Amino acid sequence: MDDELRLPIASDVDIVNARAKGRDLAAAHGFTLGDQTVIATAISEVARNILLYARRGEVRIRAATDTGRDGLLIVAEDHGPGIRDVARALQDGFSTSGGLGLGLPGARRLMDDFDVQSVPGQGTTVTMAKWKRAHG
Amino acid sequence: MEVPILKQGHYLIASIQSALTDADLSQLREALIARVGKYRARGVIVDVTALDVMDSFAVRTLRDIAHMARLRGSETVIVGIQPEVAFAMVQLGLSLKGIVTALDLEEGLAFLDAKARERG
Repeated sequence: MDDELRLPIASDVDIVNARAKGRDLAAAHGFTLGDQTVIATAISEVARNILLYARRGEVRIRAATDTGRDGLLIVAEDHGPGIRDVARALQDGFSTSGGLGLGLPGARRLMDDFDVQSVPGQGTTVTMAKWKRAHG
Repeated sequence: MEVPILKQGHYLIASIQSALTDADLSQLREALIARVGKYRARGVIVDVTALDVMDSFAVRTLRDIAHMARLRGSETVIVGIQPEVAFAMVQLGLSLKGIVTALDLEEGLAFLDAKARERG
């Protein structure tokens, strides 16, 4: 029903752009300022992972519904080297890039749903969602 | 987008105006560390009020700035972290342990002044 945003990631400027677009979409769908910031921060982390490990890829953002809840669904996909040990990549402080090792585990804590599919040599797809909290 | 760095007395004030790329953040780090020596700055204030996202790269760079400046004899204060940004940072698992933070520029300057008096 809603248009899907497709945001190519190939430079650090694209990271800033992707998180700004994600924030705008979250705002348009009535997320609180706090949740907009959380979503933008999670997008920043997964987009940087694309740049860091695969050099290029794509972030897709769209509105979604699940059992009556409205939310945003974000997919970060690359065709890079993939992650050999996904369970380990989801542990705090594990990094093969010399970073803080907070990218994936941090993004997982920020979002409500989080899934990583990766095939070594073929690429990685991170799917994550944030749902609007029911009022009242 | 280059971050303007103002010299005020013995202090340097970097006032971030808009979202920064990783390259912008790295450039800020280099510029600040060079200027600490050039101006013999006793204190550095980085005003992040305009940042609506602080992800792991931004936090790491700010930490690096504070540690490098300290090694050069200068104290760093990070000011203006927005409430939503603080919330997201904590969720993400990021901390600025060992780094001085203050609510705003005024508080940051007051901290540096107090520190300077302490030193005599």
